[in-house]
Amino acid sequence: MLGNLMAWIDARFPATKMWEDHMSKYYAPKNFNFWYFFGFIAMLVLVLQIVTGIILTMHYKPDAELAFASVEYIMRDVPWGWLIRYLHSTGASFFFVVVYLHMFRGLLYGSYKKPRELVWLFGMFLYLALMAEAFMGYLLPWGQMSFWGAQVIISLFGAVPFVGEELALWIRGDFVVADATLNRFFAFHVIAVPFVLVGLVVAHIIALHEVGSNNPDGVEIKKHKDENGIPLDGIPFFPYIVMKDIIAIIVFMFVFALVVFYAPEMGGWFLEHANFIPADALKTPEHIAPLWYFAPFYAILRAVPSIAGSAFPGVAAMGLSIVFLFLLPWLDRSPVKSIRYRGPYFKIALTLFTISFVILAFLGTQPVTPLYTFLSRLFSFIYFAFFILMPFYTKFDKDKPVPERVTTK
Amino acid sequence: MTNSVDNSKRRFLTTAATVVVGGAGAATMAIPFVMTMAPSARAQAAGAPVEVPIDKIAPGQQMIVEWRKKPVWILRRTEEIIADLPSLDNKLADPNSDMMQQPEYCKNELRAIRDEILVLVGVCTHLGCSPTHVPKVEAASKGLGDDWKGGFFCPCHGSKFDFAGRVYKGMPAPTNLAVPPYRFEGDNLLIIGEDTQGVA
Repeated sequence: MLGNLMAWIDARFPATKMWEDHMSKYYAPKNFNFWYFFGFIAMLVLVLQIVTGIILTMHYKPDAELAFASVEYIMRDVPWGWLIRYLHSTGASFFFVVVYLHMFRGLLYGSYKKPRELVWLFGMFLYLALMAEAFMGYLLPWGQMSFWGAQVIISLFGAVPFVGEELALWIRGDFVVADATLNRFFAFHVIAVPFVLVGLVVAHIIALHEVGSNNPDGVEIKKHKDENGIPLDGIPFFPYIVMKDIIAIIVFMFVFALVVFYAPEMGGWFLEHANFIPADALKTPEHIAPLWYFAPFYAILRAVPSIAGSAFPGVAAMGLSIVFLFLLPWLDRSPVKSIRYRGPYFKIALTLFTISFVILAFLGTQPVTPLYTFLSRLFSFIYFAFFILMPFYTKFDKDKPVPERVTTK
Repeated sequence: MTNSVDNSKRRFLTTAATVVVGGAGAATMAIPFVMTMAPSARAQAAGAPVEVPIDKIAPGQQMIVEWRKKPVWILRRTEEIIADLPSLDNKLADPNSDMMQQPEYCKNELRAIRDEILVLVGVCTHLGCSPTHVPKVEAASKGLGDDWKGGFFCPCHGSKFDFAGRVYKGMPAPTNLAVPPYRFEGDNLLIIGEDTQGVA
């Protein structure tokens, strides 16, 4: 009976074929480790954000007069509204935690290298879309940080030579951040960008399943297949990898719930204190800082002084800091993918880069002092050196021999 | 039909013509979609001049009013502030206000019509934050050092300005703070957004 139904469907829609291609007959390397949980978790968080987001739109008012109060209404009067709102706000920060770990995995094991360049590029576009989504979402509560954060970031476009002022005006839809801005950010946040995000996730996974997953040894499992054409070091994604990921999700949800219930503001790191004051166009808060996940780029922006009467160099440096990530597959000249078989130069470079990124993230949230400005410049310099020098140190590195097959301990 | 006609060329021409016409149509269609995001007629109309009585502002005191949804500062400078300003010239990026960040009638040492009354758009020329008024006595609490003569400090990226809105050297902010068009009516009424040449 059920078999007949599936046959009827398969004759009209490739349901079984899709299930096999992407699940039961998609072979993933058997030596996945801790770092391979985060892609799956990121998808879970995306679903969580969409579901909680839909519920929030049922009560939220995208109007400069009403927005702040409607968020408080959700927190106080809507049944369970506080939980949905905290799930959404905590989910935003956790999304970035998970995505940064997922990207770091790519750096560790050379997952961006040939033949996975497009997997990496789709992933980078996802990261950009996610930043846009988070930035526009942060305006919606219409608190002081929402307002002044948006004011600063939109003004970045104003620093573009010649067309900047017009461009910033067009983005805001008014001479300062105002009701028009809030209304359009709402439209982008709930419809336009989520569409792009979901589309890119599909492209990211299709590209990944076309070339196959990388693994901690950075060897291609497709090079060694049995008589049926199945990779010798591969195991079916369903049920084996899915089971493993479900365990990871249980642990993740445990940590996530602790934050949602006991520290949803995370001491001002996830929800900034100044955002509990309604937006005031006449008064910038004493200390304005971006949320932690934008802070490294913000620190780079502040590190560059304006040159020849233009703030553009800082804006350009911030843009470049992200553009370089896109270029990674072509900057890395080493034949070796995994950090396990890389030489000392790359290991040192990656360590310095990671330290710089974390310190820049801290500096980006702190007030400006001469010492911090100096440190921002120093670590911005290391950040860029990691990319600019990469073609050289990866080419001349003393890489170790890579095994033919994956290794397990 | 004869075979003398070059079909591939014809096919190319029809394709090219379709792409060009279709592309022009799509580009034209995009204009209204893009332009809906420009400031609406209502947003553009909300820019009327603001009248501010200034007789209640004590020396050293600053008042903030809203003009075109932006903060405008009115500071009544003390004798001491006015005396301190010229001593800062060598620390400033544009001490003579050569960049047109002010109406012609305010391109002078104190960037004002009346020496004691400073009128500025309180929006940092870097990325649009509103700088904080930091008088000499509060320098320590902001970490601005002993030689701070008072001025404005932007909390976002640390730009410093003096009490004429002139930016210090080496700051993220590229230019001096803007002076809006303004004029006085009698001794105690300030009109922002309108000057002797008409409404801005």
